[in-house]
Amino acid sequence: MNPVVEVNNLSKKFKEIDAVTDLSFTVYDGDIYGFLGQNGAGKSTTIRMLLSLIKPDNGSISIFGKGLTENRNAIMKQTGAIIERPDMYKYLSAYDNLSIFAKLSGVKGSRKLIMEKLDQVGLADRSNSKVKTFSQGMKQRLGIAIALVHEPGLIILDEPTNGLDPQGIADMRNMIIGLSRNMGKTIIVSSHLLSEIELMANRMIIMHKGKKMVEGKVAELLDPSNSMVQLETTDDRATFKALSNTAWAAKATLTDKHIQIRLGKNEIPALAESLHSMDAKILAIRPRHSLEDYFISLTNEQTDV
Amino acid sequence: MFNLLQIELYKISKRPRTYIAFAAITAIVVIFQLAFKADGKSYMDLMLQSVQDSFDIDKSKAINGYFMCYIILNTLLIQVPILVALIAGDAISGEANMGTLRLLLTKPVSRTKLILVKFAASVIYTIMLLVWMAVMALFLSLLIFGADDMLIFRVKGDESLILQITSDDIMWRYFAAFGYAAVALTVIAALAMLLSVFAENSIGPIIATVCIVIVCTVVSNINVPIIDKHVKPWLFTSYLVGWKGFFYIGTTADGEPIKGSLENWPAIRNSLYILAAHILVLLGSTVVIFRRKDILS
Repeated sequence: MNPVVEVNNLSKKFKEIDAVTDLSFTVYDGDIYGFLGQNGAGKSTTIRMLLSLIKPDNGSISIFGKGLTENRNAIMKQTGAIIERPDMYKYLSAYDNLSIFAKLSGVKGSRKLIMEKLDQVGLADRSNSKVKTFSQGMKQRLGIAIALVHEPGLIILDEPTNGLDPQGIADMRNMIIGLSRNMGKTIIVSSHLLSEIELMANRMIIMHKGKKMVEGKVAELLDPSNSMVQLETTDDRATFKALSNTAWAAKATLTDKHIQIRLGKNEIPALAESLHSMDAKILAIRPRHSLEDYFISLTNEQTDV
Repeated sequence: MFNLLQIELYKISKRPRTYIAFAAITAIVVIFQLAFKADGKSYMDLMLQSVQDSFDIDKSKAINGYFMCYIILNTLLIQVPILVALIAGDAISGEANMGTLRLLLTKPVSRTKLILVKFAASVIYTIMLLVWMAVMALFLSLLIFGADDMLIFRVKGDESLILQITSDDIMWRYFAAFGYAAVALTVIAALAMLLSVFAENSIGPIIATVCIVIVCTVVSNINVPIIDKHVKPWLFTSYLVGWKGFFYIGTTADGEPIKGSLENWPAIRNSLYILAAHILVLLGSTVVIFRRKDILS
């Protein structure tokens, strides 16, 4: 597979705060690449650096095999983006907005093309309505039309499900998957709705405090050997103390609500036996596999350190 | 570039605030015209009080379209910077406030080009304001009050002077004066745009521009030798009313006006150079700062 985006040793500081530190990753042709991280993890800063909105202090970004700094305009002709909210000119109509951004993207923007694009996002019948009368979902759809009007090969979506209702989130997810599967677009998508990323992305990066914690294929990162159990007992503190004298100590963490233990599914019977032997009163052992748990466990681990 | 400029002008034309300035100019001019139509003679009596004995003037003819335009410009050109700041101060900060700046800058348009286009749009807006002012203050006044020779009241040092310009020697002076005013107001547009780069809402740069103009105007009017010598020559506000120079007609040694002449063309030319230098410095700074700016809005 050809790399579409190659980021090497990217760093950005805002005054004394390290927003992104020594970040490297690669996005390949046709990927839906998920960007995961809590607020302040550095996702948006990284995405803005990819779009040349923020200048990196160090490192390099190459998109479509060209350096971003030297070939910005050529790269942006092939890139579409929504950054956080899909803000546009509220005092103009949907048609005017799309027409303006089509021209700015280097597309002539004939009436037929603009109406066709509006139709694709279900806004053809509201083409003359001012954007200030639109719901968040309609604005988001118009934002998608703006991002796609010039048929870009790379689409960068920063928190595209922000402010959408459940149906809107599902529609957005299906559209992103469709763009990748049916049209072969390469997509970078960030979200703090991690379950959404789990359902969409084939590869992902998890960031925490500006640093890469892990990068890889979603399927591999969700391998059962990386799974985790949540353990609930009548006295979690006593049980955790007892566990700390066993081989499980290195894998166990005590949280406010329960004990978390990182282990493979096949290790659960052995864990149950150990707990039984230390007379722990087990209320529940819950195996967890979702990306969200994986993400939380990694970021917790980092915080514990 | 032309496409971008068209887009920018289209956006400006669709914003209601664009028309506030045109409405304000219309209101001020019409109030002046009504007041002078109703009681212009009293004004003329007051102005000619000190020179009535030495001049033989037909007061009914003195209040004419050319004179009205001069009176209106004297008042209005001091206020117009505020109207220019309304649009130029909003150029970048308004986009940041709406959230469209980040979208604009993900498009294949360089930041330098964007600034130059926005500046050009602000200049065009400024020129449109002046054209409207010319239509209302000059041509409408000519329709209402008619055309005749124009009297200019001027204070030069300790002297109060009255200059008379014949009606066939006036129109070119107005065109030149409006051209000069366009350059002077372009400095305001460049200043407002520079301030606009730093803000994420348009109120800040608009107010800051107006405050800077007020402070500099006050300093320009302080008559202290050290300020006269070292500060005033560098303040753009010292040159904002330089358009009046086109109405200071040259005279012969015995005081007779010379048709088609200017009293001090080199001074007007130097003023234009200094204003142009201000525009270049302000616009250049805007481009440099904006190119380096991280877009966080």
